[in-house]
Amino acid sequence: MSFEWLHPALIATALVLAVIGAVRRVSLWRAGQPDQVNLMAGLMAMPKRYLHDLHDVVERDKYMSKTHAATGGGFVLSAVLIILVHLFDVDSQILAWALLASSALMFVGALFVFKRRLNPPSRISKGPWMRLPKSLLAFAGSFFILTLPAAGILPEGFLLQTGNVLLTVVLTALIIWGMGEMFFGMSWGGPMKHAFAGALHLAFHRRQERFGGGRSTGLKPVDLSVVEEFNPATSDKQVLGVAKPKDFKWNQLLGFDACVQCGRCEAMCPAFAAGQPLNPKKLIQDMVIGLAGGDDAKYAGSPYPGKEVGNAKGGPELIITDGLVSPETLWSCTTCRACVEECPMMIEHVDAIVDMRRFLTMEKGETPNKGAEILDNIIATDNPNGYSPASRTNWAADQNLPVMSDVKQAEVLFWVSDGAFDMRSQRILRSFVKLLKAANVDFAVLGDEELDSGDVARRLGDDAAFQNLAKRNLETLSKYKFSKIVTTDPHAYHCLRNEYQDLGSNALDGVEVLHHTTFLNELVQAGKLRLDSFNGGTVTYHDPCYLGRYNGEYEAPRELLRSLGIEIAEMERSGFRSRCCGGGGGAPITDIPGERRIADMRMEEVNSTGAELVAVGCQQCTAMLEGVAEPRPEVKDIAEILAGQLIEEVH
Amino acid sequence: MPLNVVSLVSVGRHPQSGRQRRAEQDGRAVELGMNLKVVQNSQLTVLHAGASSEPVLRTYAGMGLPELKVLELAEQDDAVPALGDYLQSANADIVLTGVRAESGESSGMVPYLLAEQLGWPLVPRIADIVSIDDGVAEILLALPRGQRRAVSVPLPFVASVDNAAAEARQTAYGPGMRARIEGNKAVTEVDEVRAGWQESDAKPRPKRLKVVKAKTAADRFKAATAKPQGKAGKVMKSESAKEQAEEIFKLLLEEKVIK
Ligand code: SF4
Ligand code: SF4
Repeated sequence: MSFEWLHPALIATALVLAVIGAVRRVSLWRAGQPDQVNLMAGLMAMPKRYLHDLHDVVERDKYMSKTHAATGGGFVLSAVLIILVHLFDVDSQILAWALLASSALMFVGALFVFKRRLNPPSRISKGPWMRLPKSLLAFAGSFFILTLPAAGILPEGFLLQTGNVLLTVVLTALIIWGMGEMFFGMSWGGPMKHAFAGALHLAFHRRQERFGGGRSTGLKPVDLSVVEEFNPATSDKQVLGVAKPKDFKWNQLLGFDACVQCGRCEAMCPAFAAGQPLNPKKLIQDMVIGLAGGDDAKYAGSPYPGKEVGNAKGGPELIITDGLVSPETLWSCTTCRACVEECPMMIEHVDAIVDMRRFLTMEKGETPNKGAEILDNIIATDNPNGYSPASRTNWAADQNLPVMSDVKQAEVLFWVSDGAFDMRSQRILRSFVKLLKAANVDFAVLGDEELDSGDVARRLGDDAAFQNLAKRNLETLSKYKFSKIVTTDPHAYHCLRNEYQDLGSNALDGVEVLHHTTFLNELVQAGKLRLDSFNGGTVTYHDPCYLGRYNGEYEAPRELLRSLGIEIAEMERSGFRSRCCGGGGGAPITDIPGERRIADMRMEEVNSTGAELVAVGCQQCTAMLEGVAEPRPEVKDIAEILAGQLIEEVH
Repeated sequence: MPLNVVSLVSVGRHPQSGRQRRAEQDGRAVELGMNLKVVQNSQLTVLHAGASSEPVLRTYAGMGLPELKVLELAEQDDAVPALGDYLQSANADIVLTGVRAESGESSGMVPYLLAEQLGWPLVPRIADIVSIDDGVAEILLALPRGQRRAVSVPLPFVASVDNAAAEARQTAYGPGMRARIEGNKAVTEVDEVRAGWQESDAKPRPKRLKVVKAKTAADRFKAATAKPQGKAGKVMKSESAKEQAEEIFKLLLEEKVIK
């Protein structure tokens, strides 16, 4: 009796099932909204993106990157060779030997996966993921043995001899297990789904600009015309923001499916660490439940702090905040992007969170706590605290600042931001003005013509208010001539630099938008400011999220501090891994309770450097860190530190 | 038949920026109307006398109203005759307004004039409508310093809503933009009196500094919370209705309210 047909038939069956699963999975993603991506170009660029962009992130964990290269590389190679050698029966010893090599490579990689899983860190998911290393071993090992005859090591037909029944049965079982996980599971929702969805996500990512070292952090504008030209007949398609999973763009859905549940995002998330009900990994898994339908009973990772797993239900047509994700989870996020920065699959958590907030704010009118009041103020007075718009320049009553409406043009437009209304922030503004004057910079301010940048409104989900402010600001800007905008507020900086461009104005064409630390660094490097060295003890630097991760500026503030002779005592979480102060994304406004305060946790990290002074580059960070109870190190903006060391010319 | 509640809304004005907005008290009148709708299963009509193109109306609609009714009036028209005429025929049971408008004349007279025209009682400065049974509403009036007075008022009536009433819910952009705002022809009567007026900006007057006499925190707290000690007037509880009425009549004569 001959069983020669058995293994090819099994392989063919597994592949056919995999294809059916893939078609089904693709149709789940296609329930999402259309998005402009070049499909062909994306597919062509995919291997390169895998090797560079994805691996650059994985590389941060050397152990995992080597393990993944061996396992993943070995698998892809083996899969191709298996089809050639065992399915199409190509009679080539070279191919068979290659298959032996690739499956051996995969086997070795799988051993390391196995080792990592022996004592897994809490951030990674368990459940089916614990089975994966064994499945990898089964797949690699069984195909290694199956290939031995083809490579001429064992006699042809050896494995199918009647005397080796037991071996055949065991081998066949392992092959079925291995292929079940690797081929069938890949497209039917097993752990290997990450390879299938992840590869396609690299190809069709919504932010193609991110690849090749680019940065793409500005939120995408909401199309408001859907309510302005309201048509009741199609009203269910005309929701603002995301109510149901199918309201996401299709490639966002694809992105959620790519998650490997590695929990790197969870380990970075300040809200999670503070015990607020947010865990970015769980959130992405809930989105997967939403797109595929079902509940979270099988989820085997850390929960949202304070919330039990097992009660979330969702489906593509069900409203997400009715039973899948609670609004508090969405409002806990500070939009710090630490999760996005850390995610090896390049998933965009912040986009998703803000999309869902947009629905809560613009459709339901349910922005928690101070949210509604702040938004009302922004709309009625162009600043979040409802101050008289005519008092915006009161802080500079004694500063004699040139105002654009008088001078019409200047080299630098100093964007003051809403810090103008806050007494603590005014100290930063004054210091910066002092430096500008000392360096003889030709600058001007907009005065009362300046409006809130729209940052808070946008992060709170009110894109209508954001777009309104942005358009009016752009109109004001278009009246004057300047070559640079410099601001002390990283949030305004981000809006002006990365988000205003989507609103169809050319007011900022050819204009360089700079953060004050970047600009001051240029001045110092050019010798325009004479500064004394600083000897006020140990100094550490806190990277503001909207300066660092959002805009890639890590160096200028450090260079400035070094130019004062300061040796920075770096915190463990610094640079692109800096931890948020807790002040972004409207989080202080929505104020979702946790077990700790994010600012307190950050101050502990400051303390562990032994610093007596923490330098920041953001008025919001200043406010958050100074809100920590004393005793604590002093908090100063870099502009304040520099102004304190300025050697003033005496005339 | 379900109760018919009408909330009147006007164009507000932000105290700092002077920009048009949803008026504080009118928002509360809508909020109260929306809550009654849930509790009493009543019908709510939100009504504005003015221009249906007014963008501020969308901020009322954003509270979750599918539609707003507008009595189309021009700038110089008087709102009261139009509103009165509409309400007369609208079968309303309860009319809710703000205490006074934030823009325009802001005299606070609209609820009074409407009540007079309709011949209904006016309930000023209410904080809440607790219940409505058998055509009688239990109402809480807002008194200074957080005090409340419960009164029963038979339907129909006009009530002005105090700042002590529940705050207006958040307004959402989407529903606001989608709401149907329906303009209706209305009785127009030019406000002749107003036409003759001249308007000018108010000048800020210097404020008299308050001398704080209290020495301790306890004193300050007392000063801030104690009931004003009225010197004149008396409380009559046990006297007969006739005696009470006579006393009121006497007072009105003394104060030259009636002659
Ligand atoms: S979202 Fe990204 S970082 Fe978070 S668990 Fe999934 S793959 Fe890992
Ligand atoms: S952006 Fe920051 S706060 Fe929000 S989920 Fe990601 S890591 Fe957490």
